[in-house]
Amino acid sequence: VAKKNKEDKVSNLVEEYFEAHSSSKVLTSDRTLQKLQKRRLNQQTLHDLLKKAPLAYAAEIEELNQQHESLFSKWMLQLHLDFNIVLYGLGSKRDLLEKFRTSLLQDSVHLVVNGYFPSITVRSILNSITEEVLDHIGTFRSPLDQLEFIIKRFKEDSSLELYVLIHNLDSQMLRGERSQQILAQLSSLPNIYLIASIDHINAPLMWDQAKLSLYNWLWYETTTFSPYVEETSYENSLLVQQSGSLALSSLTHVLRSLTLNARGIFRLLAQYQLENRDNPSYPGLSFQDFYQQCREAFLVNSDLTLRAQLTEFRDHKLIRTKRGADGVEYLLIPVDDSTLTDFLEKEDEDV
Amino acid sequence: QQIQEDLNKQLFDNLVSFLRRSHSEFQEETTEWTCRMKSREIPTAALVLGVNVTDHDLTFRSVSEVIQNNITPYVALLEAKDCPGIKNLMQKLMGQLMNCYIDVESLEDEDYIQVSQNRIRCSMSSVINWYESVTKKTDSETRSKKRTSSSRHCQSPPVVVIFKDTESFTTKVLQDFIVISSQHIRELPLVLIFGIATSPMIIHSLLPRSVSSLLCIELFQSLSCKEHLSTIIDKLLLTTQFPFKLGEKVLQVLINIFLYHDFSVQNFIKGFQLCTVEHFYSQPLSVLCCQLVDAKRRINSLSHDQCENIRRLPSFRRYVESQVSEKQIALLTADNYLKETTQKLLEDLHVYHENYVLVLRCLHVFTSSLPKYPLGKQIRELHCACLENRVWETEEYESSLQLARMLNKSDLVTMLQQCVEIFVSSSVKEFDKTVEKLKEFLTQFQKLEAEAFQEQDVSVSPQKELQKRTDLYHLQKTLLELKESRRSKKLTKFEMLRFEVVDYIDSLVRRYLVPADHKTLHEIVYFNTASVLREHLNAAPRIALHTALNNPYCYLKNQALKSDGGSISNKAPDICIVYKLHLECGRLINLVDWLEAFSTVVTAVEGPNADAASSDQVDDTIHARFIRAVSELELLGFIKPSKQKTDHVARLTWGGC
Repeated sequence: VAKKNKEDKVSNLVEEYFEAHSSSKVLTSDRTLQKLQKRRLNQQTLHDLLKKAPLAYAAEIEELNQQHESLFSKWMLQLHLDFNIVLYGLGSKRDLLEKFRTSLLQDSVHLVVNGYFPSITVRSILNSITEEVLDHIGTFRSPLDQLEFIIKRFKEDSSLELYVLIHNLDSQMLRGERSQQILAQLSSLPNIYLIASIDHINAPLMWDQAKLSLYNWLWYETTTFSPYVEETSYENSLLVQQSGSLALSSLTHVLRSLTLNARGIFRLLAQYQLENRDNPSYPGLSFQDFYQQCREAFLVNSDLTLRAQLTEFRDHKLIRTKRGADGVEYLLIPVDDSTLTDFLEKEDEDV
Repeated sequence: QQIQEDLNKQLFDNLVSFLRRSHSEFQEETTEWTCRMKSREIPTAALVLGVNVTDHDLTFRSVSEVIQNNITPYVALLEAKDCPGIKNLMQKLMGQLMNCYIDVESLEDEDYIQVSQNRIRCSMSSVINWYESVTKKTDSETRSKKRTSSSRHCQSPPVVVIFKDTESFTTKVLQDFIVISSQHIRELPLVLIFGIATSPMIIHSLLPRSVSSLLCIELFQSLSCKEHLSTIIDKLLLTTQFPFKLGEKVLQVLINIFLYHDFSVQNFIKGFQLCTVEHFYSQPLSVLCCQLVDAKRRINSLSHDQCENIRRLPSFRRYVESQVSEKQIALLTADNYLKETTQKLLEDLHVYHENYVLVLRCLHVFTSSLPKYPLGKQIRELHCACLENRVWETEEYESSLQLARMLNKSDLVTMLQQCVEIFVSSSVKEFDKTVEKLKEFLTQFQKLEAEAFQEQDVSVSPQKELQKRTDLYHLQKTLLELKESRRSKKLTKFEMLRFEVVDYIDSLVRRYLVPADHKTLHEIVYFNTASVLREHLNAAPRIALHTALNNPYCYLKNQALKSDGGSISNKAPDICIVYKLHLECGRLINLVDWLEAFSTVVTAVEGPNADAASSDQVDDTIHARFIRAVSELELLGFIKPSKQKTDHVARLTWGGC
């Protein structure tokens, strides 16, 4: 009976999948955040606001954490027996690992890797091992060579011991096949003890059998319910006005350093683009038309100066050129309309 | 901890030696074959190894070792991950060959180390140059020193290149390498060995005809992983050598992981290792889990607390309850008396194990030949069945006994002989009697054979009688008699004997195959918490996330969170509310609506306390909380930003989870 139930469940899941993906038409309302008439929060205000809001169920969360902390000594034993430990479950496991580090690893050599940090690479991990732990000065041609060197050193010298703590092993930068391969090989060394945390629901998909056997995982469920403060601070969230604000500030910065005429050229293009924003098939302004308009506004005097100016814009990624079906070059500003409006308003104020 | 490390070491040694042995014949085949190659084409051995990639490491290492010892010092082991291009492959090959060479020589040749250090210019011609110089050298050397066996086999030892995981090599690299090396086969006698995980068809799909025609492929099959498993179970679990035992459920979990997930012997061993660690870590009495002599010593030095621990064991309580009252008091109060009894009980346990294994093997001999295998084909299934419950109470056992009663004689005799062998080899004293008994059975069977002739005579005689009498009345009478006798005398002597044997075996089973749970003090040596194993080896992160999001009460023991499933509780943590709201949506989610739904749910909580005046401020914090929850869901992989519509996110999961 149980088996049949299971089969039913599986077929149900399959049906649900097709149900969810059956029609390409999705019924949602057309409301957008623009119309909500509310200012977008930026990272800093968001942070401040959240700090003010009390954390719910602090006592219970504390109790959960204590439960997990009671496992610390067991983890140490298991790490020393060639297992590696991976933590999963809802909630940030950063504080837990931090606590593990401060309470047990204070005297030993350890390396903390913040996987959620957007610019982390395997190379930097390997570098920190070779430079800080092994005191090796010198460069390697490829990460593989570097890995080989590390493995050799660790095999030669059995007194070397290293604890590696990786927060978010499944982050964008580390989830690639090659980096996982390298990390797995590192972790398979008997003198390197790895303890890592994963969060993504599909994180186990990045390991095949060979890697799994290299990692030699012991899974521990550590649901903490604590908010992902550090982890999500780098996540480009949809609601935070992050990309927009960055683009806007960079836009103003770049343009401030330009000549008056150059600013005018950019304004012209932006205005033209905003006028046409309701037209979905708007390809951008063609170069000829643009030249004409600039001439009329006395912004340029020759084809060449405009081209030079546009090249400068392109170098700063302020415009994009696209060749249309008829072979004509069209110019576009790759910034969303709201930012552009903000920019124009600001310009008007300044003037 | 120390004991356990010893145990682990023991265990690994055993395993490694076993694996070596199981591969040895297979290696012999390949090595023989590598020596006799002498053709225009590149001789190639394709080893079909099965999908358990993780176990192959050991195989390859031992293969290359054997080849190195017996045939040629030049073995290179290439892995796909080191060779993304032909250049890397050549570098790796060159480096390994030279290192190999140094390994073998290991004494002199300082200049060769230098050569291997700069592997910038590694081309086929340099390999050949190197090879020529080396062979000349070894040829001249071996005549004087007679060290490497290579020149004994043939004048120029072959260079063996092993491709560990053929499936993951890029086809182009492989093809190029084969074509290049086939050009130089005259100067450089190469032998390739492909390790194949799937089927030999893969060679033909990887290599086009023009390339595969350059190879002279011979196929070698390795043992299937199931056989490995049964041998390991045989060696690890069904011996008295290791004091530590696995309970039924744990064993079942391990076997299930093996059979349904990965077929990897290494993972099985890992699971076993975890069991030992867990057992010695969590069970305070596991100090007594060692050889009998040591255990006795340790019992004497037990502290009072440890004695209390013994008294607390459920199986020990059962034992105490079955004793007379004076003894009960003595057991519960006097430590010394307790120690004595524990020693006795441990001895009992030890004896029980020895007997158990033997009788189990006997029973397996019987049941494994029955049609349809009611008790399973493999001894591990039988072992599980015996551990799980009283085996003689199960239906399967009943049916197998019934089948056993219908066995024919020759089978029965061979089985009995096998049983006798098992008992004799064990040399446990208690079984002298059983051996005698079984031998007796055998002689009886031999007698039966002799009797068979007589029986034939007997069966002939009534017919003769029948011919004599012509009287109708008598005829009727004798016919009736015959009928009667046939009905009553259904059992021949053989059948009687057969019943007797089966019954005897049955009695053996009843006496010795009592499940371990019923034994006193079984907790010391048996590890039976299967849930630990399942949690740590076969974890389900998605389910954990799902329950935490759906039903936070499982983790946060607050009465406010207790709710019947389905409805959205407004007291749950933010992320749970957001998650539940997102479950109600289709493939795309409008952020604005989502935010509004969230704020409706949340304000329902705060409504009573919060004033209308501060609504704007509240709104902002709610907005911020919503943003946090959504970005957390994004981090967890439930949603991702979508370009299909402005301010929408796409759901990445479907259905209820």
